[in-house]
Amino acid sequence: MFKDIEHLVRLAAVLVIALIAFAAIRVAVVPKTFGEYGHYRAAALNDIAARSISFAGHDVCEGCHTDVVDQKKLGKHVVVPCEACHGAQGRHADDPASVKPPKLDTAVVCSRCHEANSAKPKSFPQVVTVDHAGGIACDTCHQPHRPRIEDEAPNTAKVNPEGKR
Amino acid sequence: MDLTRRHLLLLLPSAAAAWNYVLAGTPEAAPNYRRTEHWWGMLIDIPKCIGCGSCVRACAEENDVPDGYFRTWIERYHVADWKIERPQVESPNGGKQGFPPNENSEGKNFFVPKLCNHCEDSPCTQVCPVGATFVSPDGVVLVDKSYCLGCRYCVQACPYGCRFINPNTNTAEKCTLCYHRITKGLTTACCEVCPTGARQLADLKNPKDPIHEFLRTHTVQVLKPHMATGAKVFYDGMDGSVR
Amino acid sequence: MQIPVQGFMYPNEVELQWSVLIVLYPFITGLVAGAFILASLERVFRVEAVKPTYRLALLTALAFLLVAPLPLQLHLGHPERSFEMYLTPHRSSAMAMFGFVYLWYLMAVLLLEIWLDYRRDIVLKSKSSTGVARVFYRLLTLGSENISTRSLRIDEQLGYMITVVGIPSAFLLHGYVGFIFGSVKANPWWSSPLMPIVFIFSAMVSGIAAVMLLYMGSARLRRSAIDIRCLDKIAQYLFYTFVIDFSLEMLDLLQRIYEADESFRSLDFMVHTRLWTSQVIVQILLGTVTPITLLGLTQVLKFRDVVRKRLYALAGCLTLVGIFAMRWNVVIGGQLFSKSFLGYTTYKMGFATREGLLTAIVLMLLPFVILWVLVKLLPPWTDSSRPPAGGVAPAQI
Repeated sequence: MFKDIEHLVRLAAVLVIALIAFAAIRVAVVPKTFGEYGHYRAAALNDIAARSISFAGHDVCEGCHTDVVDQKKLGKHVVVPCEACHGAQGRHADDPASVKPPKLDTAVVCSRCHEANSAKPKSFPQVVTVDHAGGIACDTCHQPHRPRIEDEAPNTAKVNPEGKR
Repeated sequence: MDLTRRHLLLLLPSAAAAWNYVLAGTPEAAPNYRRTEHWWGMLIDIPKCIGCGSCVRACAEENDVPDGYFRTWIERYHVADWKIERPQVESPNGGKQGFPPNENSEGKNFFVPKLCNHCEDSPCTQVCPVGATFVSPDGVVLVDKSYCLGCRYCVQACPYGCRFINPNTNTAEKCTLCYHRITKGLTTACCEVCPTGARQLADLKNPKDPIHEFLRTHTVQVLKPHMATGAKVFYDGMDGSVR
Repeated sequence: MQIPVQGFMYPNEVELQWSVLIVLYPFITGLVAGAFILASLERVFRVEAVKPTYRLALLTALAFLLVAPLPLQLHLGHPERSFEMYLTPHRSSAMAMFGFVYLWYLMAVLLLEIWLDYRRDIVLKSKSSTGVARVFYRLLTLGSENISTRSLRIDEQLGYMITVVGIPSAFLLHGYVGFIFGSVKANPWWSSPLMPIVFIFSAMVSGIAAVMLLYMGSARLRRSAIDIRCLDKIAQYLFYTFVIDFSLEMLDLLQRIYEADESFRSLDFMVHTRLWTSQVIVQILLGTVTPITLLGLTQVLKFRDVVRKRLYALAGCLTLVGIFAMRWNVVIGGQLFSKSFLGYTTYKMGFATREGLLTAIVLMLLPFVILWVLVKLLPPWTDSSRPPAGGVAPAQI
């Protein structure tokens, strides 16, 4: 009787061995932190959080550049974060002496926000720069940290090489 | 409503503490961050968006986003009169260099910034075959790029088009809500640089976060509510034509 | 390369995610399911007329099932990680669960059924052959050489049960592929409860047509006579299955046109422009209406055997083209329009690239190579005086 189903028993044995092998592989290969919080590798949270930072954040800028802060406080650009115009300055904040922020081209930087566009809110200050400035750079008349022309303001846009501490 | 300064005050002490860790070269999550105490989202104020593209550029720099792919982008809408089912929309290079002046000044024109909505019932997480994309305990939908197969099922399943395959890693990628920043008390890169405060990070679990009052006093929407994804990016002043 | 876009698409949507290889995949698994259903017609439903194709259908199913994972592997960003689907399958993901459905079908249904049906021949060959072939056959016997009447009868009974289980398994195999698409709520071209059903029926159509053509083709190559009664029966099954499949697809289309929800205008435009050739001309007219008409004619009118065979061959070829076009229209069509319903993109298929046309052609030819090897190793048409356990009569010479 057994002889007649021997081939099936052998097949079942092969299957059992395969299942055991699979279980062993699984224990060896599945990452240890998998499943701690959910169906994912929990260590990924730290991997992702460990990425280095490029933008320092205006708090950090303002920690050193207090003169600019004082200027900005008096005008409309108080709400504009430093790095919105100056770009990522994380490396500069890290090592201010060796990493210098590049000088900005106002023709590019200012027009990104202030070039007239019908999709911009009506209350937002915008001009057609060609008509408004006729080709001259924005900072010829406007002081970027305190943009309104009527206000007398020392020019803090041109920072001295060592920076202000 | 001036949210910027209040938000600043909330972040200042923790930001300073976190920055020390960054400067020290040990950018692990600052020890005072507990994942279960936060539930992250974002508030976007459409009437404030000026389409300058600073957020798109900042995100690309902060997160090394390859050219031609977008973790966040801006769309410009033109709605002629009552035809809200047929807007004209464009997004030249995702709005990264801003927008050229447009001819259609009649009708409604406005900008809509978009990003991953970090859905509570995210369809992308549902379809991932191996658990490479997931909702973190603090409500951020993330991708484990060392585990992702690059099968692209999640990209198909996202109703908002916010996912893509990074050609350098061949894995799925999308907005991480700058997880590496918010776990250290900083705000996201896009919110950091927004000059008008149109984008604001929100911690839905923090009772002191200004978003709670904002949600109480403004009519807000999410994108594609009929998809029931539990989206956590809230739009104030969003027109019915927005897709 | 610049991809031409019409209207507006979300910036990340412009490049297609799933290529022609993902079109191939449901086409291949469809052939598997269909071929298996045809084989089971004989075994379970005792349709005597299709007996001559039983073993051929099983081997065809196996050849295609072995190739099926290849387009997926070539498509993955990290094929070396694909085993993760078995190690940490995400239970809510249709794709992950499909990995197990595939494995179940391959191991517990197809391989087991083939092994049980061929066991007597394998044992005989393990004794009569030499060299590498002998080692191969001996491995397959698993060390047991018992081919007594009793053991063969046990095999027969077990094989019957496996076929009974195999029929819903075949439905599950391809229905699941339909569900992988049909469950994506983000995509209105795919999202439909009908999708698994449509996929199953179109799979059956393609599988039956494939076995029919292979039977005719192999008989021609071996210069042996075709059992015309068998062929008529297969063609009849093809006809009826096709009518059901076509009805389901038309039902979906009519509902969409009538309800005209927010996606309709965009999808309608897409069908009238970018999908016109592949959907209306190739899939519907050439690939569905024409073969149904041809097959319907053979059911109603009396043709001479020679003419009927030619009609079957033509109908079979057009059917396969039509079902391939259907997969193309589902997979590629579902990615040509924007989820904003405001624009369209273009599919740029490479040629000699990892996911290009050449790769697709090679992958489509590969199952025939494997089938040729299988037919050599496990001939479906033995000349032994005693019918094999599966009940297939020896081919008429």
